[in-house]
Amino acid sequence: MSRFRAGADGDDVTSEYNPAPERAAITVEDVSLSFGDLSVLEDVSLTIESGEFVGFVGPNGAGKTTLLRAISGALEPDSGTVTIGDTDVHRASAKASSRLVSVVPQDTTLSFSFPIRDVVEMGRHPHRSRFSSPTLEDREAVEQALERTRTVDLADRPIDEVSGGQRQRVVLARAIAQETPAMLLDEPTGSLDVNHQIETLQLVRELVEEGRAVCAAIHDLDLAARYCDRLVMLADGQLFRSGTPANVLTGASLSDVFDATATVTTNPITGTETVTALPKVDGSDSRDSGDGSAVRVHVLGTGSLASSVLARLETATAELDLSVGPVTAGDTAAETARSLDLERLEIPPFESLSPTDLTAFEDRIRESDLTVVIESVVKSGGVGSRQLVETVDSVADSVVFVTEADGDQSEEDSDVLPNYDRSRMIEATPETILESVDDALENGSQSAYSRSDSGSSETGSSSDGDSSTGVSAESSGD
Amino acid sequence: MERSVRTAAWSVGLSALLVAVVVGSAALGSVRIDPLTVAMATLNAVVIPSSVVLSETTVPWVGITVPVPGFAYTSVFAFDVPGGHQYIVENIRLPRIALAATVGFSLAAAGTVMQGFFRNPLADPSIIGVSSGAAAGAVAAIAFPALIPFGGLHLSAFVGALGTAFLVYAIATEGGRTPVATLLLAGVAIQAFLGAMISYMLVHSGDDLRQAVIWMMGHLANSTWSDVRFALPVTLVGVAVLLTYTREMNVLLLGEEDAHHLGVDVERTKLLLLALASIVTAAGVAVAGVIGFVGLVVPHIMRLLVGPDHRILLPTSALAGASFLVATDTIARLGTLSFPFGLEVSTPIVPVGIITAALGAPFFLFLLTRREVHSV
Repeated sequence: MSRFRAGADGDDVTSEYNPAPERAAITVEDVSLSFGDLSVLEDVSLTIESGEFVGFVGPNGAGKTTLLRAISGALEPDSGTVTIGDTDVHRASAKASSRLVSVVPQDTTLSFSFPIRDVVEMGRHPHRSRFSSPTLEDREAVEQALERTRTVDLADRPIDEVSGGQRQRVVLARAIAQETPAMLLDEPTGSLDVNHQIETLQLVRELVEEGRAVCAAIHDLDLAARYCDRLVMLADGQLFRSGTPANVLTGASLSDVFDATATVTTNPITGTETVTALPKVDGSDSRDSGDGSAVRVHVLGTGSLASSVLARLETATAELDLSVGPVTAGDTAAETARSLDLERLEIPPFESLSPTDLTAFEDRIRESDLTVVIESVVKSGGVGSRQLVETVDSVADSVVFVTEADGDQSEEDSDVLPNYDRSRMIEATPETILESVDDALENGSQSAYSRSDSGSSETGSSSDGDSSTGVSAESSGD
Repeated sequence: MERSVRTAAWSVGLSALLVAVVVGSAALGSVRIDPLTVAMATLNAVVIPSSVVLSETTVPWVGITVPVPGFAYTSVFAFDVPGGHQYIVENIRLPRIALAATVGFSLAAAGTVMQGFFRNPLADPSIIGVSSGAAAGAVAAIAFPALIPFGGLHLSAFVGALGTAFLVYAIATEGGRTPVATLLLAGVAIQAFLGAMISYMLVHSGDDLRQAVIWMMGHLANSTWSDVRFALPVTLVGVAVLLTYTREMNVLLLGEEDAHHLGVDVERTKLLLLALASIVTAAGVAVAGVIGFVGLVVPHIMRLLVGPDHRILLPTSALAGASFLVATDTIARLGTLSFPFGLEVSTPIVPVGIITAALGAPFFLFLLTRREVHSV
């Protein structure tokens, strides 16, 4: 490959090295590292092939940056080895290792006013001897790097007078000018706006396609999933999980490693994983139906409205036994339920409801203390959905009806569940779902007719003024 | 390309300035000599080695006489200059001016290196205790000559300076690494300790007190060509080697970890820069005493003019430092400040260190309030 030499005269025999990065894999073997008594990395082993983009993900303090620094040679591990190609990074000289691996650090603040071209030219330092002036090759590598990072226009401006995002690109340009087979990036998108995040990662992706082995510590899980071939999830200095983004980013692994409730869905536009973190579940919060078993709530509905209801119910209290269905596989609600690990009645796409499904649904409704019906099911008016609504109508204990907005829903819902006792049906929006569910459950467990006026969520929630903690406040009072 | 042209232009310009300042300085004094005569007398003083001669030297203690090779010198120029003027220029004014230029050159170069090395605008050549060490050595030699059996004042100061730098480095180094912050703190602590030692020696120095205090203020009076022969080669060699490390100095400005990633052997380079800067400083301080502010202010001014790139900053700072110290020492030597329109302000003849600090500090404050100086 002679990308960078395209414009140079072809017979440049004086150069000692191949300007295009050679291919070399990064091999990390049993690396352990501690700062004093604090163990930061424990027996981490991994391999990054050339042409592979591996993202390090994990919570703050998991050891992402430390692992990068151990790979770059900046930190000497207590045990284990890091090799790039055939070279042990920690035994090689600074010059030798800097020809193998370049680093884009997280903190790129530079307080002196070097012109940007000079900063990028520093990336050529590993290739230059003490007394030589820059060769044609050096100058071309610098110009190429400036062009690729779109910093040519800035080249003569002092580095301390450009924005953080521009500075980040300049440092990336420096790493590109270094022409190494391996590249490490620490939070490359940390200080960038949305537009430049994508631009930078696209460029990194290009560098990977050219055969570099690239690792990056990336906070943004969505971007990591979108651009990395493989993710390495670190937790407490250990390699927790490694694999494709879909395998690594699951609700279970996120809750284990990040201690967070999160849904992982497929982004409809990029087709890659999207992580949505949800408010934390209070572990002490418990709600049961009186006999010690969890309250069973079934959600009938699809789409984003159903997703949002599921997420809200799941994060409000872990003690609700939630189920959903029937949903079409791949539907947003199905994805959310999958990532929250909820029971779901799934039907394959483009297939109609089978009698078996319908029976299962009916059983589930019977077992549930409460059924939440999402507006769209009723509105769609299909044969399947009518059957479902009729089932709910005849067998459900309590029903909460969820509509999109607070607007004019009162006129339409008269024929939603014709046979159902209207006094026991509560209307809600996603925002008020918690209070409404609470209210419905309360009504269900007491006399069904004791509060005939509870037709709307507003009056229904009057027993509990604090709307955001409706469920937990009620339950602690039990 | 553009940068090397700029470097050359600045260096040539500052060299010309230095020549002008030297000639101007040599013209001034109790006996006024016109600059042309000064120039001719200066050129008359230039000699080149013309032949190798053997001289008989007796080896101390052993008592045998051995032939030692040496050079015989011939003058290159023979301008017609009055004998008195030739003597004043060649043997009284030029040694002092040459020494001022040498010391200014060394202090400004070392200051530039230290500021870059420590990435600290307050760093100066003596930040790791070089000047304190030199002062301790010199005061010891002045106050207690019996304690320093051989070598005399200059050597004692030189050894004190380098010994202190080495001690500070050794204290700050652990496990093969020398954190810059530790180095700075160790330097401050050692300087405080040496300050106490110097004060103690001064208290007990008796009649030598005045000589010791004047030495510590930094002075160039009574300079001889032998002082120049001691300081100049050390300074020139030291700065020449430093000039080959200017790219490393630039990369080190990015921080040590980045510098490592860019192929700089950080610890080895740090040791080398510290050692060279300390040697160069020690050479200047040993012959001229503690002259403050040259190493701090001159690099800052040059950084404003040429930028932070050491490839251009280091040579220009060194040259500017030489001119600066020659000019300030002229003021110290004359005892009179002449202004246009016949205005004359007479100043007492003082050690040059007082002039550099008295001029340098207000100028530095001016730059500071203008926010011109804020970082390295």
